[in-house]
Order: sequence, then C-alpha cells, then structure tokens
Amino acid sequence: MDSLVIDLAVLVLAGFVGYAVISKVPNTLHTPLMSGTNAIHGIVVLGGLLLMAESHGVLEKILLVVAVAFGTINVVGGFLVTDRMLGMFKHKDPPKDEEAGQ
Amino acid sequence: MSLPLSTVFLQTTNFIDACYIVAFGLMIYGMSGLTGPRTAVRGNQTAALGMAVAVVATLLRSGEFHGSSTVWLIIVGIVIGTAVGVPAARNVKMTAMPQMVALFNGVGGGAVALIAWVEYRHGFAHGNTIPTHPWPLRVEIFELFGAIVGSISFWGSNIAFGKLQEILPGRPIKLPGSAQSALNLVLLVIAVGSAVVLCAGTHSQLLFIVGILLCAAVLGNLLVLPIGGADMPVVISLLNAFTGLSAAATGVALSNPVMIVAGMIVGASGTILTDQMAKAMNRSVPSIVAGGFGGTVDAPAAGGAGASGGTVRATSAADVAIQLSYARQVVVAPGYGMAVAQAQHAVRELQRALEEKNVTVKYAIHPVAGRMPGHMNVLLAEADVPYDLLREMDDINPEFSRTDVTLIIGANDVTNPAAKNEPGSPIYGMPILEVDRSAAVIVLKRSMASGFAGIDNPLFYDPKTSMLFGDAKASVSDITAEVQAL
Repeated sequence: MDSLVIDLAVLVLAGFVGYAVISKVPNTLHTPLMSGTNAIHGIVVLGGLLLMAESHGVLEKILLVVAVAFGTINVVGGFLVTDRMLGMFKHKDPPKDEEAGQ
Repeated sequence: MSLPLSTVFLQTTNFIDACYIVAFGLMIYGMSGLTGPRTAVRGNQTAALGMAVAVVATLLRSGEFHGSSTVWLIIVGIVIGTAVGVPAARNVKMTAMPQMVALFNGVGGGAVALIAWVEYRHGFAHGNTIPTHPWPLRVEIFELFGAIVGSISFWGSNIAFGKLQEILPGRPIKLPGSAQSALNLVLLVIAVGSAVVLCAGTHSQLLFIVGILLCAAVLGNLLVLPIGGADMPVVISLLNAFTGLSAAATGVALSNPVMIVAGMIVGASGTILTDQMAKAMNRSVPSIVAGGFGGTVDAPAAGGAGASGGTVRATSAADVAIQLSYARQVVVAPGYGMAVAQAQHAVRELQRALEEKNVTVKYAIHPVAGRMPGHMNVLLAEADVPYDLLREMDDINPEFSRTDVTLIIGANDVTNPAAKNEPGSPIYGMPILEVDRSAAVIVLKRSMASGFAGIDNPLFYDPKTSMLFGDAKASVSDITAEVQAL
C-alpha cells in the first residue's frame, strides 16, 4: 500500500481513538488534560530532530534549534506542570481511602 | 562482535518503527488514565515515558548525527528548552495556568511552523538535491497546512497569553463593523492561495514566507484580539486543537506515525473541549471567533439600585455567618472573581469552619467558570479542597432545592436565571447553575457591575438574595472569622 494511504489511515484512526479516550475525561480534570496535551503536542520536537542532520546553512540551523527548544519546552514543561497539578487533586481523607482501595 | 551487531540492530528502521508504536501506545494508555483523579498521575507519567521512548528512538536513527555540528545543535535546543520549561512548570501559580497553557500552545504551533519552513527550503530552495526528501504534492499539502495552522496558533496564543496576563486589555479589540471579518477572510484567502500556488509548482521563497507565514501570523493576531476575556475557555481549547492538528499534519508530511497519533490525540482533545465550552455558553464556535461579544469585564458601577430598578439587599459578614452556620447544606458557586481575588484558600478555611459546625458544604462548578476548562477545579485542588466535594452542573442542579444557602463567589452570568426565564435575553438558553432554587442566596461581589456579558442579573433583585460587597478574599475571611466566633 502507498505510504500516504497508511499515514492517512493512521491519522483517521488516531482521531477516533483520541475522541473515544478524551470524551471520558471528567470536567474536574480539564485543566490537567489541557496541560497534558500541551506536553503531547511537544512531539513536534521529533520533526526538529529528524531534519537537523539534513539542514544546510545558518538560517535552517537556527530555525531548527528554536523548533527543538520550543518542542522541549512543551514536553518537559507540560509533563512537569501536569504532574504537579495532579498531585494537588486529593480525595477526602486520602490515607484511609488508599488503604481501602488496596 | 556482539556489540557492533546490536548497535546496528538498534539503528534499523524496523526497530525504530517498533519503538514509535510502543511510544504512541504508551501515550494513548497514559491519556486514558486521565479519566479519573486517582489514575491520572500514573497516566501522565506513562505518557511522558512514551514521549521519552519516541525521542530516544529518533536519536538512535542511523544518520541522525550526520554532520559535525548536529549533535551540538540538538543539545543546545534541548538545553534551552529544558532551562525554560522546568522553572516555568515548577513556579507557575495555579491562578496563572490559563496563561501557561496558552503559551505552551503557542510554542507548539511555532515549532510546527518553523519545521514546515525548513521542510519547504529542503523541498525547493535546494532544488530537490536531497534524495531522501523529495517534495511531492502529498508532503507539500500537509506541510503547508502545518505552516498556516501552526503560525495562526503561535500568534493567536501569544495574544491570548497577553490578554490573560493582562498585558493587553481583556476587552474585545476590533475594527468597526464587519471590516474585521472581511480582513480576516482576505488574509485567509491570501494564505491558502499562496499554498495552492506553491503546490502548483511555483518555487517562490517570498510567496512562502510572506504569503503564508506572515498572513497566517497577522490572521492569528486578528482572530484572537476581538475575543473578550470570558470567551477565553473556548479560544484556548480551539488553539489547542489547532496546534495538535498542525502537529499531525507535520507527522503525515514526515511520514512519522508517532507524530500523527500524538497530534490527533491533541486535536481530538482540543475539539472536544471547544465543543463542550461552546455548548456550556449556548453559543456557536464561529460566533465566538467572530468576537466582540460583551464589553468590559469590570464596568465601573456604584452599588445600590441596578438598572432594572429593583432593590438590592446588602448584608454584612456577621449576618452571612449566622445564615451559613445554621444551614444544613451550603453550596458554594465560584467564578472568575474567586480566581482574581485569589480567594480559594480563604474559601477552603470557610468550608472547614462550617464543617466543624456540621454544615454540609459542596461546590457547584459551571463548565465555563473561569478562564479555561477546569480552572475552578484546579484552584480549589490547590487549596486542598477534596475533589469529591466539587460537583458538575448537572449533578448539583437537582440539589439546589434541598440547599439552605448558596454562596456565590465572583460568578455572575453562569447563575443568571434570565438564561432560563427570559427568551429575550442574549444568554437565553445557556445552561446555568440553578441557584435561585435554593432557600437563600448570598452573592459576594465587588460592586453592582454587570458580568462579562453586560447583562443585568435578576438574581440580585430576588427577595431571597442578599449581597455582600467587597473583595472576595477579604469578605470570605471576614465570614470565616464570624463563623468561628459564633
């Protein structure tokens, strides 16, 4: 099969999977969801990494270093802030509940 | 002998593709953990692991470090990104989360636009000299889509950041009449037109940079400038979707499965949130993007009689304390005013004081309360309010009839009964917290200024409503002190 067809199939399927997964996220977690997806779209850093070896000239190198830096900000900052935020969500009487859950 | 062999194996395309599949599997699994607060921390870490696998696999690729400077440039980029990202994530206050998310959306979109620019130069400016990167139409279309949408997202997010950070005024800024929409349309036509001309085979660097990147940049600015502060939940979600979709488009152009899947997850997430926010405002996304709804956030107005001529009953902290202390159930309905006054910790103290007097306290969270989806939940979580006390609109509405006192802190339009009762009202049809069903309502407000929508709230003139004017944080602290003194 043409690689474009495969890519488009992945695109469409991923859209449906994303829709199914994210629909179940409750309102309470919408802000962590947004910062978490901020981290996930940091995946564009791969684009910068893939093109770096093939870049020619100063302009392209600068553009790609900025792109890699931007992507890294997203990945590192996004996951860290989400982790920090999620740590704040506490159930009533957390120690008891954890014991009950185990 | 075994070492070189295994090194070779690690660099094969099959192995790297397998890593990519593991990576997006981990990301999807991680995101599905976000369905509940208990599993969310683990879910986020799983997604981060998936991201790490994807990055490491990319760096293992053979030829990745081709060229003497490549390794250093990659290190420089990652070090700069980490140096900016880590302190930002560590130090940001929860009240500033909307700005932070806007900024993160922006840099993601910016990265996509820059990558598209480099891809374009590879395709054209070097005259197709690189055999691994020909510039077939299918790459071109997705790359140019990424350039346009990524650029819109970058500049739009910067404006959203400026508005949320109050560097720019929160009120809508727009050209008179329909000139704004016309100009936006012209810019979009130029950008898309340039893309079509480029796809048709013109190799113009100028057309790409000026026609696409610059037009999309101006368009991004013009799209967000006319949108008022309270519509920010929709705008941030929309820009989130844009960034995700542009990342997925870049993934197709580079034929990289993990970029496609990750981009589409973000695109789906942003789309769902945009849709939910727009529904919670009973407005369509196009009408929000057209902007100009509502006036200033803080219209100066004196306390006392309002525009509709009804009388408003002002009360004191001591009276409120008595009312709350002798209630069985109190529902707190917070809004953007609570975030502005940073009153979440004071609210938590009041909740504790009331619980000591055996009063049941719950929180009613409207989906668009605040400046981003879930804004109130995060603020209250920061103040150690257990999340199971936070109720969504549909859960809490049936409870208001059993509630003795509803305490509204800095919320207005989301509690306005005109949305239910007055077909002529601009917000008619918007789902609201039905606070007017509770036995008594206390509104904490700075002044009699109308809400963001500039619509008078009949709730304030209801005989069972009393108003406590002043800064939300100070008012809540006063009430808490009075409750404890009782």
